[in-house]
Amino acid sequence: MQQVNKLTPFFENLNFERDDNTMVINFGPQHPSAHGQLRLVLELDGEQVVKAYPDIGYLHRGIEKMAENMTYNEFLPTTDRLDYIASTANNYAYALAVEKLLGIEAPRRAQVIRTILLELNRVISHLFFIATHALDVGAMSVFLYAFREREFAMDLMEDYCGARLTHSSVRIGGVPLDLPDNWINNMIAFCDKVDYEVEHTYDALLKENRIWKMRLEDVGVISAEEALSWGCTGPMLRGSGVNWDIRKEEPYELYGELNFDIPTSDRCDSYGRYRLYMEEMKQSTRIMRQLVPMYKASEPQLMAHAPQYISAPKEEIMTQNYALMQHFVLVTQGMRPPKGEVYVPTESPKGELGFYIKSEGEPYAYRLKCRAPSFFHTGLLQEILVGTYIADVVTIIGTTNIVFGEVDR
Amino acid sequence: MRKYVPKDNVQGKSYYTDRYWVAPRVPRMEVEAGSHFADAVKALGKLVKESYIEIGQLVVHIDPTQNVEVMRILKETCGYTQCSEQSAVDYLAQDGEFELFYQLLNITEAKRVRVHCRIKKGEAIESTTPLFKSSNFAEREMFDMFGIKVNNHPFLKRILMPDDWEGHPLLKTYPMIGDEFASWYEVDKIFGKEYRDVIGPENRDPSRIDRYDTKRFSRVGYEVPFDADISSGEKEQAIEYSETVLVDYTTSSKQLDERR
Repeated sequence: MQQVNKLTPFFENLNFERDDNTMVINFGPQHPSAHGQLRLVLELDGEQVVKAYPDIGYLHRGIEKMAENMTYNEFLPTTDRLDYIASTANNYAYALAVEKLLGIEAPRRAQVIRTILLELNRVISHLFFIATHALDVGAMSVFLYAFREREFAMDLMEDYCGARLTHSSVRIGGVPLDLPDNWINNMIAFCDKVDYEVEHTYDALLKENRIWKMRLEDVGVISAEEALSWGCTGPMLRGSGVNWDIRKEEPYELYGELNFDIPTSDRCDSYGRYRLYMEEMKQSTRIMRQLVPMYKASEPQLMAHAPQYISAPKEEIMTQNYALMQHFVLVTQGMRPPKGEVYVPTESPKGELGFYIKSEGEPYAYRLKCRAPSFFHTGLLQEILVGTYIADVVTIIGTTNIVFGEVDR
Repeated sequence: MRKYVPKDNVQGKSYYTDRYWVAPRVPRMEVEAGSHFADAVKALGKLVKESYIEIGQLVVHIDPTQNVEVMRILKETCGYTQCSEQSAVDYLAQDGEFELFYQLLNITEAKRVRVHCRIKKGEAIESTTPLFKSSNFAEREMFDMFGIKVNNHPFLKRILMPDDWEGHPLLKTYPMIGDEFASWYEVDKIFGKEYRDVIGPENRDPSRIDRYDTKRFSRVGYEVPFDADISSGEKEQAIEYSETVLVDYTTSSKQLDERR
């Protein structure tokens, strides 16, 4: 045993070889495939994993604590930092939860813009997934191509809200801005580009690639019962043959009016999940195209009319006394939702992102719990990694598509 | 004179509330007879203390000792095969209790149920990991954040905070800037406790801003000469830290006594 004191601190790596001949290694938190700050303590018998223990908390910022100390509108930009690959999905999930609590609904145009942004973020997130996953598994060029397309999507986001990563592009009760000129045309061009690239670049490079298939097929197998029990959602659940997508089953925003398919795979392995991500990108572009005529047909109102909770438009604030008074109270004190609690699930690119809000009628949430999909997918690792080989560990972490902003919160 | 701030809840508070303000309540609907939710309530029978529908989801209040039984019935009879989320809400200041909630999902019916139960401070709850494996991480997080002990959990250990942390950050008594222990944590860890005096409270936080320091901080709009004394006799008020509330579970643990 090591003699631990201040000058010779405890190093777990020194305890390398144990009596029973299994080896304990630390995978991360600085491992390039650890997707941020995941530390996995793996016990290995030769190259086979005997025991896996995911250790998280390296990115813990106390976001739920901050929610109790911020008014509802103040907290919205903080939600960007949850799943920082697709910030709008978090902004939206939070805004929707507060809207449900208040009992208000965003106007039609805001809903169209939000749905476009959500799907654009899904494409961004899935492109990021395929880029990093392929890089982890060893396919370098896919990373470069996928990041090229992701850059176009980020440019679109930048055109809309000015930010590329932390968007804050959704407000409680609507959206802050209308789409800029020519944005729709750029978006359609981007959809064409993505559709083309998915088929002619990513699928051409990976779909029938022998090495890729050898690395992914029958790796990280989860049965449907296991997936449900471990709280898996999103592509992790659909990859196990369970047809469950919140957009379809509990439609929110405009998803009830749109035509799209939910791809599922009963392969239960990493390859099946990889196929789902590719199919979902095509479905996202299909949704975005359908939203274009809806956008053109909608009225220009962007924020819900609820004077008690939502500030009036700038023009009214500058011309009408009462709107100015309301605005002043809402900015200095914050909105006061009714007493009660709400849990609102949404389908973020990673899975079910839900916000549980307990309100006591104060401008500060009494309790806010963020149900992050990646948190539960990380918990799953301790079971599916057992029995696999060390080379497959990277594939399995990649396929769960965990982002540590929302694991540690 | 500084305004009195109650120590049992040091979270954000509205600085002004109208005297006549009465917060409305989100409407709670009764469970309609013949609906899917009515079947669920019927299946639970006497285990249910109170049930209603709030914003489209069934809310069921139960006794904390029967949580596993209720969850088993919901899972096996009513088809709630996934536990999406579980955690607690701190009502220690008001009632001396925690409110625990379990959020369950039925994927065939697309319905959600929230199960509520209340436990007193220091009481433990039975683990639901035999039914839902997602409880493994969720209960660990609940233990970490609130100090609620979970019986028969396979590996009840802190998950987000470091293992040697004191205090439970999501308690209402825990201030957002952290408590006394938290403010010295890095100093203690890197240099040792005896270095607290050498470093001093003014240097322990590298991101601390001293409003009277004109050497390192500029005053935009109110420029003053470099290193000028602008305090005019005022003294800076020290940040108030609340004491860490420590619940010592180990003293009355049956298992530990047996081991000893």
